[in-house]
Amino acid sequence: MKNDYIIELKNVCKYYKLGDTEIKALCDVNLQIKRGDFLAIVGPSGSGKSTMMNLVGALDISSRGDIFLDGQNIEHLPESDLAQIRGKKIGFVFQTFNLIPTLNAIENIALPMIFHGVGKKERMERAEKILKEVSLTHRREHLPKQLSGGERQRIAIGRALANDPEVILADEPTGNLDSKTGMEIIKLFVDLNKKGKTIILVTHNLDLIKYAQKVLKIADGKIIEHRKIKQQKVK
Amino acid sequence: MKDHFFLAFSNLRRRGLRSWLTMIGIFIGIAAVVGLISLGQGLQGAINEQFEQLGKDKIIIQSKTIGPPGSATSEKLILTTKDLEAIKNVRGVESVVGMLMKTSFLKFKDESKITFAIGINPEDISIFSEMQNFKVIDGRNLKKGDGFKAIVGYNNAVDEKIWKKAVEVGSTIEIEGVEFKVVGILGKTGDPYNDAGIYVPKETLREVLNVNDEESEIIAKTQSGFNPSDVADAIIRKLRQERDEKKDQETFNVQTSEQLLTTFTNIFGIVQAVLVGIAAISLVVGGIGIMNTMYTSVLERTKEIGTMKAVGAKNSDILQIFLFESGLLGLVGGTIGVALGIGLGKSVEFIAATALGTNLLRASISFPLIFGALTFSFLIGTLSGVLPAMQASKLKPVDALRYE
Ligand SMILES: Nc1ncnc2c1ncn2[C@@H]1O[C@H](COP(=O)(O)OP(=O)(O)OP(=O)(O)O)[C@@H](O)[C@H]1O
Ligand SMILES: [Mg+2]
Repeated sequence: MKNDYIIELKNVCKYYKLGDTEIKALCDVNLQIKRGDFLAIVGPSGSGKSTMMNLVGALDISSRGDIFLDGQNIEHLPESDLAQIRGKKIGFVFQTFNLIPTLNAIENIALPMIFHGVGKKERMERAEKILKEVSLTHRREHLPKQLSGGERQRIAIGRALANDPEVILADEPTGNLDSKTGMEIIKLFVDLNKKGKTIILVTHNLDLIKYAQKVLKIADGKIIEHRKIKQQKVK
Repeated sequence: MKDHFFLAFSNLRRRGLRSWLTMIGIFIGIAAVVGLISLGQGLQGAINEQFEQLGKDKIIIQSKTIGPPGSATSEKLILTTKDLEAIKNVRGVESVVGMLMKTSFLKFKDESKITFAIGINPEDISIFSEMQNFKVIDGRNLKKGDGFKAIVGYNNAVDEKIWKKAVEVGSTIEIEGVEFKVVGILGKTGDPYNDAGIYVPKETLREVLNVNDEESEIIAKTQSGFNPSDVADAIIRKLRQERDEKKDQETFNVQTSEQLLTTFTNIFGIVQAVLVGIAAISLVVGGIGIMNTMYTSVLERTKEIGTMKAVGAKNSDILQIFLFESGLLGLVGGTIGVALGIGLGKSVEFIAATALGTNLLRASISFPLIFGALTFSFLIGTLSGVLPAMQASKLKPVDALRYE
């Protein structure tokens, strides 16, 4: 039986130790995210947005509290299990794209499948399909440096889709793109959300919030608002 | 596995020049090791052949001196015709050949040289020829009754090899001012000493050089049915008695051809081990070079490592990728090194053959040598990569992703 909530945070805190001082990046955060939600996270710089994304994405471990991903508590698992969860259940999209410079477009998309043990034939077929979904079939063999910013981000989104995860975590994916290209990326997210993916999007661009279904505001490591909004269609 | 290899390979390709520079250390080392070992093995093979030629049934008796035979000067040290006669009477000895080798003043046409003249009894020439693999290719051999006659090694009969003008049958060579007529030319044996030799009747050489009864080297042949080392022991006992010497204080040296080969092989093995050891130092340096490159690479690619972990790479995946990468650096370096090493060995062989006229120095390239060198270079690369790869694999995903 599947849990209604794909992500649950219970009393989560995250402290960073810097010498003698302790920075409280997140304090007693409680949050539930439904399967298939499109959530936009906003908040001032340094408020803890990335910290929360890293915890949810199993890239880091909380200082206190529990995080459930698809009903499984991920706070007490060994690194090898976390790696597997990251590879299978989560797709990351970064502000700086983070493509592997030595691999071409299709190889970058196929990369997560290598670590997931997918055979070469199946890998390439699937990568080809994803390449089509992000409309970059004509850039198949191009290296990241031969692609525009928007194209790079689309490849990165393609890579996030490789193992068909339920959740896409995107931390300021449009931060390095102009507004028009940014809109194309948002449109991709909206489409993916329609196909059932849970999308969590961190953004500074308040114009983009309206395309999400819910908004979460964070300040000083605390949630100050979490509400439904009227989702606008992308033109 | 294969995919990790692919990831490692694509990284090496990207770093192009730096990868090549890193490999230099390995390929110089491997080239030196492969070159030295191939030449060593070739030389050993050639020496084994020479001994085969000489035959297992031969016993070589020399005076105990440092330096080439014939360099003993003290009266007490030299072997004499009396010793030779004594050896003839030892049980199990079939025949005995004594040689007189002396550096002398030689002259051909207008050219003078100080070099070896070798005296042999014409009666012994057939057994001597068999031992040294001598074949007369022009003229005739020395024969009983010959006086001021000579046969010469092959290189004497080639222009510009030893003499400016080639020695021919009928030429005259002067030894210490006395003329000898060349009656025969010997075929090439490949041994530069033999091929440069000038052989004359021993008694005539004694008269010319004014040496009485010295024998520079005596070779005894064992009768079939006797064990050469037993016969050698009997010769030692006989000579000790004859020369009135105490055990372990002998002034002479008796060795069967097999013992001689063993002695030689041992010395040769040590020399080669030292040389290869020195060459191996450069492999260590090469390994450190790889380690350095890999550490740099881990730093440069910290963010990439973070990304790979974010998309599901386990620590063991990262470890494998980096180990493959350093192993590949070693292996490619080793492959080039092996090719260079073979080239090096073959060039030395070629130079030795053309400039020195010897076919003793030849490069023997065997499959185990190549395979061993490649495995070894891959291992060096992999080992050098262990620490950097472990560092890479242990990076925490968030920290790696945040790295600028
Ligand atoms: N690895 C770290 N070590 C120490 N402090 C950290 C670390 N990561 C984050 N912080 C601190 O935690 C706080 C929250 O940082 P976080 O990166 O989550 O902010 P953010 O909301 O993503 O900001 P921005 O919008 O600028 O990206 C900040 O004060 C930051 O300085
Ligand atoms: Mg941030």
